[in-house]
Amino acid sequence: MEKILIKPGSKIGKINLKEIYEFRELLYFLIWKDIKVKYKQTIFGIGWAILQPLFMMIIFTLFFGKFAKIPSDNIPYPIFSYTGLIIWTYFSNSLTFATDSVVKHQNVITKIYFPKILLPLSSVLSYLIDFFISFIVLIVFLLFYRITPTLNIFYLPFFIFITVITSFTFSLYLSALNVYYRDVRYIINFLIQIWFFLTPIVYPASIVPEKYRSIYGLNPMVGVIEGIRWSLLGKEITSLKMMFISVSLIIFLFIGGIYFFKNMEKTFADVI
Amino acid sequence: MEEIAIKVVNLSKKYKIGERVPYKTLREEIIKFFKRDRKKENEYIWALKDVSLEIKKGEIVGIIGPNGAGKTTLLKILSRITEPTDGYAEVYGRVGSLLEVGVGFHPELTGRENIYLNGAMLGMSKKEIDKKFDQIVSFAEIEKFIDTPVKHYSSGMYVRLAFSVAAYLEPEILFVDEVLAVGDISFQQKCLGKMDQVTKEGRTVLFVSHNMSAIRSLCKRVIWLENGKIKKEGDANSVTIEYEETFLKYGGGLSPERVRKNEEIKNKEFYFKKVGIFDEKGNQKIAFKYDEKIVLNIELEGKIEEKFHIVFRIYDKFGIMVFAGASAEFFNKYFTPDVRKIKIEIGPTNLTKGTYRIELLLRKGKIQKFERDEIDIWDNACFFEIIECSPFETNWQMESGRDGIFLIPSKFEEI
Repeated sequence: MEKILIKPGSKIGKINLKEIYEFRELLYFLIWKDIKVKYKQTIFGIGWAILQPLFMMIIFTLFFGKFAKIPSDNIPYPIFSYTGLIIWTYFSNSLTFATDSVVKHQNVITKIYFPKILLPLSSVLSYLIDFFISFIVLIVFLLFYRITPTLNIFYLPFFIFITVITSFTFSLYLSALNVYYRDVRYIINFLIQIWFFLTPIVYPASIVPEKYRSIYGLNPMVGVIEGIRWSLLGKEITSLKMMFISVSLIIFLFIGGIYFFKNMEKTFADVI
Repeated sequence: MEEIAIKVVNLSKKYKIGERVPYKTLREEIIKFFKRDRKKENEYIWALKDVSLEIKKGEIVGIIGPNGAGKTTLLKILSRITEPTDGYAEVYGRVGSLLEVGVGFHPELTGRENIYLNGAMLGMSKKEIDKKFDQIVSFAEIEKFIDTPVKHYSSGMYVRLAFSVAAYLEPEILFVDEVLAVGDISFQQKCLGKMDQVTKEGRTVLFVSHNMSAIRSLCKRVIWLENGKIKKEGDANSVTIEYEETFLKYGGGLSPERVRKNEEIKNKEFYFKKVGIFDEKGNQKIAFKYDEKIVLNIELEGKIEEKFHIVFRIYDKFGIMVFAGASAEFFNKYFTPDVRKIKIEIGPTNLTKGTYRIELLLRKGKIQKFERDEIDIWDNACFFEIIECSPFETNWQMESGRDGIFLIPSKFEEI
């Protein structure tokens, strides 16, 4: 018979992949709940997933593309910015949502045992549906502008995966910290606004001078957006070194994030 | 040797005082850091201290104790919601914990959707829920509203649905915390029945409750926690009865000694001042068995010129007078003006389980001539409780209201 040993936790919590697998159905139900609840009692429903990046794209095309004549690496500006925007919209929305996920489930956390990591994970995954819907619109744009993807397209799933991992990574830190310090809620909005301008969404990474690119690459979203544009639009990678810094930083932060969350999770029920 | 389901060894849990209160802000933390205002050892509280126990497979054990005794903390540690500070526990088998019903219900989702979500949270697989779905719905009596968002449910429906999901959870070990304090009486009884059935299926249950009669009817063994420690452990009946006596003695409005407040005294010349309730052996208490004697020690104050006599009346919880006893009428007993202390012995009461009120009266004058004058009435002089009344061959407990007021011996025979 299954034996569970309960004792004071060691400093570094073990990551129990088997357990997460056992709770996979709960993960599925949590994602399903988030999706269901999100668009209940809305008239426009899932259409909101398209509207947000679409409107931003129109505004940006007008002001940055047409008036300010910001370069876009020889890609039509609407496509260039929309690609960046759907990734960014996914990232910022899912991160904001996931940051609150643990606190939002406080009554569950204090009453039922389950791997808490499912909360930020399900939040991040549930926003993928919005992402895919806005992605369909992107395909329509591509057809309209007659842009044929190159063979790089095979790397697209990898970069989408990295996008999800990036959002998940940051939500591991932020959702856990939010349990202890509700300041995080206020920081997140501010953080996302600044982050937006530090990421090549409305401008190409190539406008960043050569010598600053390594530092610029410390923003993981730089690598993500560059990678997506490279695989989807066949745009050249601005700097491989910058790209490498971004992606390895994400992996590093991701592993750290899991340990961080595991360690914090032990006292959630006592503090929340 | 019987198989062990739960083994707890020196389990302790320490909380920082104030840790359970609202979250911190970064500002406070920073200020604290610079002030070097570190927590000292005396700012901790032990919610649980060196608790050791063993629970066998298939056993149903009640956990009782006043608020803050550590009951919920124990269940929370055993269900891995929170970690112990010290000691360890071994749990054998799949655990289901019901620390509160309806946790994780989402108001925007329908009853059907919530059954799946809540079931998954409690550890049921989708297959299992599919299989039990119809039973859950019919147990909850909400067939018609199954596709309505639960935010439109009445609180009764909500609770019924929540309990039903939990009731069909089939873990090997079940932790239940006070969930029966919900719903109307008929549903509560249904829930108790379900719990009973669960244990008959050989599952292990730890049941926390303030409802002693529920504990007595479900559990054989009871653990009494107080201040994070095990105060008593043993047979359900004796432990709960002792608990009720102690708890009632120190808690709430029921007290074995009542001193009358000045505002309550209308006749300031001669009046009742104090009453204490004891058993025959002189122990102060208010919880009695049906066959025990109740002794009232009464103190009087003031001045009186002539002889007086005394009357007590017992009322049940519906306000019906159960019995009136009078010193003069029964025994031709008159007290001289210098008497200030009187003892009344009542019983065995033969009353059914319930709470009773005693009213005291002081009178003067001769009864033969119907010239009785009331000097003083103390209408809520004291309360006592009958906590056990199972005089016949089974352990059927006679409850006031359901089974009448008095015990009248009876026999059933074929002729």
